[in-house]
Amino acid sequence: MYVEPKFLACGDSALSVEFGDTIDIEVNARVLTLDRSVSRQPIAGITETVPTYRSLLIHYDPLQTTFAELQRDLLPRLKTEDLSGIATNRAWSVPVVYGGEFGIDLEMIAIEKQITTAELIERHSTRDYRVCMIGFMPGFAYLGGLDERLATPRRKQPRPAAPRGTISIGGEQTALQSVPGPSGWHWIGRTPLDVYAPDRNPMCLLEPGDIIRFYPIERREWAAETRRCEAMIRETLQ
Amino acid sequence: MSVLKVITPGISTIQDHGRFGLQRYGVAPAGAMDRTALRRANELAGCKPGTPTVETGPLPATFEVSGAPIRIAVTGAPRQVSISGRQAALDQTHLLRDGERLAIGSARGGMFSYISFEGGLLTEAQLTSSSLDERAGFGSPFKRPLQTGDFLEVTPATIWPSERSAAIPSSGLSQRNVIRVILGPQDDYFFPETIDQFLNTRWRVGLNSNRMCFTLDGPLLAHAKGYNIVSDGTVRGSIQIAGDGQPFVLLADRGTVGGYPKIATLATVDMDRFVQIPAGGEVRFEAVSVERAQALLRTQASRGTPAMRDAGTVTVLNEAALSSANLAGAATNALEPAAFEY
Repeated sequence: MYVEPKFLACGDSALSVEFGDTIDIEVNARVLTLDRSVSRQPIAGITETVPTYRSLLIHYDPLQTTFAELQRDLLPRLKTEDLSGIATNRAWSVPVVYGGEFGIDLEMIAIEKQITTAELIERHSTRDYRVCMIGFMPGFAYLGGLDERLATPRRKQPRPAAPRGTISIGGEQTALQSVPGPSGWHWIGRTPLDVYAPDRNPMCLLEPGDIIRFYPIERREWAAETRRCEAMIRETLQ
Repeated sequence: MSVLKVITPGISTIQDHGRFGLQRYGVAPAGAMDRTALRRANELAGCKPGTPTVETGPLPATFEVSGAPIRIAVTGAPRQVSISGRQAALDQTHLLRDGERLAIGSARGGMFSYISFEGGLLTEAQLTSSSLDERAGFGSPFKRPLQTGDFLEVTPATIWPSERSAAIPSSGLSQRNVIRVILGPQDDYFFPETIDQFLNTRWRVGLNSNRMCFTLDGPLLAHAKGYNIVSDGTVRGSIQIAGDGQPFVLLADRGTVGGYPKIATLATVDMDRFVQIPAGGEVRFEAVSVERAQALLRTQASRGTPAMRDAGTVTVLNEAALSSANLAGAATNALEPAAFEY
């Protein structure tokens, strides 16, 4: 984490308030705290914000404000030490079929880490993850809190279509794939939880600040777990 | 309602001002690539700014009208347009009668054209926009690019005393295809020599360019401290340098976050000129400060005229190459493993 956040110009219509250059829960908490502050007490000229792992991207209208003016407006918001406002108080229990055809890279990672696949599954499914950012593709959830012993560099060649629901590891990041799409990460499992549905309100189930808890299921439990997920979504969104 | 039938689609999609406010959920704004041409098309047709139009890429496209006459205007890339064999000028309204065909030729010196309709197309906006976003599942009337045989519903023309045309605006820029950029946000991931190299190279817009990103062909740029950054937000115009050193410019259908260092960002004032540089066309970048870029925008706004495009060098398209590369600057293939995030 930086001593002082950096203001970086992303062209003439956006700026990034960068709190660090690593994946770190406290850095992300600062990002989300600033995001909440800007959405609760809007600043003139800001049109849209995008929280990421380590920075808040702020889109603005350069005819209403300027890079310099916005920095002045944002500075007092950065003084806060209270990071408690970020919790969404939502925790999602997310079933995952690990390995096999749903997690074709699980075994390779286990071999590389010199552990059994059961140990790998345990390490991945016994922690709480925080949704740090949504992005790249609609609803794609980047999670913080991966056991650093499971970090695995991205593949040199991305594969064209990771199925919806793929749980993957890329570097120190782990993620939940929302819609089918290209992926250079390692696929370790798949969940029936439908985190993105354009016709649902809200279309994007997860919010930055939510907690994710994975639990392993068997392939034959897929249908039953799908129903359980649907019930959980209905209950939470009521 | 009259109907516009798609005879050959080229690579065409419905695009308007775009879908904003959802980037935090991973949904890019989409919308017209050339917003100046979108605005002009809608002005000519008497529509509100940001009304849905047909955006068509550089390949030829043909449409046929049935029912009551409709009124259209075509703006954007320089190209031949004809109505049932009669030549029809760009930047001018035209009446299309029952059975007549609107033929849009190959783009000559540009990429994207906009067909606007008096009274507008019949679409149902989803979250404030009818623009196509295949991956997110948005778009109206279709959640995919136009196909042969599609019908678009169009409000019939009213009686106008005469057709309208736009005064051809002169370019506010003297040098052709020099596009201004603001360095950063990760220019510190490159040696000063590499930034000089980026600014001194005559790049060529790559054949793999599309609505998601334009690739830049030229030297590969070396990273000073690796190419893996912790993924952060992208904007329209972010210039990322991929792992192998290839620059690419993220555009309307980009991924909302990216994991490669971004050396610079296009200045908004030059954005529409940039997206009209054809595949194979040359481009050079000039660094300006963010203050200067914002001052240019204010000047432009105070004149009340959007940045006017310089048509650039006329490049005859290699259609075979474009078709086989399956790109041609238009609809994004949602499953294409484009090199942006990973």
